[in-house]
Amino acid sequence: MRYSGLKVIREAVTGHKGWRPAWRDPEPADYYDLVIVGGGGHGLATAHYLAKEFGQARVAVIEKGWIGGGNVGRNTTIIRSNYLLDGNEPFYEMSLKLWEGLEQDLNYNAMVSQRGILNLIHSDNQRDAFIRRGNAMILNGADADMLSTQDIKKRYPFLNTQDARFPIKGGLAQHRGGTVRHDAVAWGYARSADSRGVDIIQNCEVTGFRIANGVCTGVETTRGFIGAGKVGCAVAGNSSRLMRLANMRLPIESHVLQAFVSEGLKPVLPGVITFGAGHFYCSQSDKGGLVFGGDIDGYNSYAQRGNLPVVEDVCEGAMAIFPMLGRARLLRMWGGIMDMSMDGSPIIDKTHIDGLYFNGGWCYGGFKATPASGFAFAHLLATDRPHETATAYRFDRFEQGRMIDEKGMGNQPNLH
Amino acid sequence: MMIDHPLLGPRDSAEFTYLGDARLIERPSPDAEDAATAFYDYAYLRDNPAGWHRELWFHEAGDRSWLVVTRNTMTHEIAKVELAADVAREKGRST
Repeated sequence: MRYSGLKVIREAVTGHKGWRPAWRDPEPADYYDLVIVGGGGHGLATAHYLAKEFGQARVAVIEKGWIGGGNVGRNTTIIRSNYLLDGNEPFYEMSLKLWEGLEQDLNYNAMVSQRGILNLIHSDNQRDAFIRRGNAMILNGADADMLSTQDIKKRYPFLNTQDARFPIKGGLAQHRGGTVRHDAVAWGYARSADSRGVDIIQNCEVTGFRIANGVCTGVETTRGFIGAGKVGCAVAGNSSRLMRLANMRLPIESHVLQAFVSEGLKPVLPGVITFGAGHFYCSQSDKGGLVFGGDIDGYNSYAQRGNLPVVEDVCEGAMAIFPMLGRARLLRMWGGIMDMSMDGSPIIDKTHIDGLYFNGGWCYGGFKATPASGFAFAHLLATDRPHETATAYRFDRFEQGRMIDEKGMGNQPNLH
Repeated sequence: MMIDHPLLGPRDSAEFTYLGDARLIERPSPDAEDAATAFYDYAYLRDNPAGWHRELWFHEAGDRSWLVVTRNTMTHEIAKVELAADVAREKGRST
């Protein structure tokens, strides 16, 4: 079933009785050429690109709960490619290009909204750093624009540019950045992959890998053994727990990141704003809620809920930049579990076990990477070679001293 | 989250800074044959368990002692708090 304006109108006048499930609910087969563990954004994107770009039909996505119930369902929906380092910027720019064509590619309204992202500048040295970052972006084919205080005042008249503590001295804008409806990303990829023959198997938890003589031949699950030519793991947040089943230790810690949404307000915030003096980012959803977040809680957690000191810290950041937010009620808050890698950058690589592949370590930037992550992982699974934009995302970079340390923090996952 | 400091009693976790897995106490010997591998393992690889986890907390806004806290990463429940110096001495270290 393809979606079209005509179909929407026809359903609207006939009581919406013609809609069918967007993907099947198949029983797992005994064997697939490729099994993806993890039915989140990255796993489903991988399945879509495997089927569409690499012609792989015998593919299954295995999800322990329901698809899109992990981090793709609990993030702040921002897309951008404002990175500095060579290992990262081409990858995230490819991701942004894929976002731009996503809805046509999937025939699905993912509400891709290029409302722009603005990183505020509060000091002269921050300006120097952002000019450097903007140049790196432009060199890699992305767009970057340095805004003056006057430009910012025109766009966001309510910002206090004269604040003595955090004066706003300009901003780095990426006008192609923006937001996407996160659930629709999972559903759109799932529907597209399913229509190309991928089996999406929900409520099926992987309990072990069948590995003999250094070769992985399938996965043990709560619904029986599923044989596989290749197994790709994309379960960020739970990567350490899953790969432990294959006796692997990872350069990853799991941490919780909280996010918040206010009650619905009239349109006040046209784009995404990040406050660089603290750590705070905010956008307004199409329903009117202000969606915002800040730092991770800072200690290992699988709890999917945060603690109050970080709530206070994020809200302090919010009040420093948007004092008007103090009048809005906080509607909801939630926590997602992230793989915090040792250099703040992801890993897309083969493991030392033949037939076992890994995609994880996204820290708290996994959402914007979803299309490129899926594409690069599909490329690796289908061809056994890393995609050209993901050649730096190897396991051995830590051992070899080739870390992609975007924030310059060293091997401190709770600071990235 | 409250951390029951062995010397000072219950303190708010906001007074502390987190370092990570308590195995960081056991720094490998730089003179060992396998020092490069051992330091790679020490600096970068983590068990990252879902459940009980021994971890290092620094009482930065307090007495500046290092603690080994045994905490459940699923529930934030804390079972045991020790002075890191005591833990290190038990392992035969001088401090």
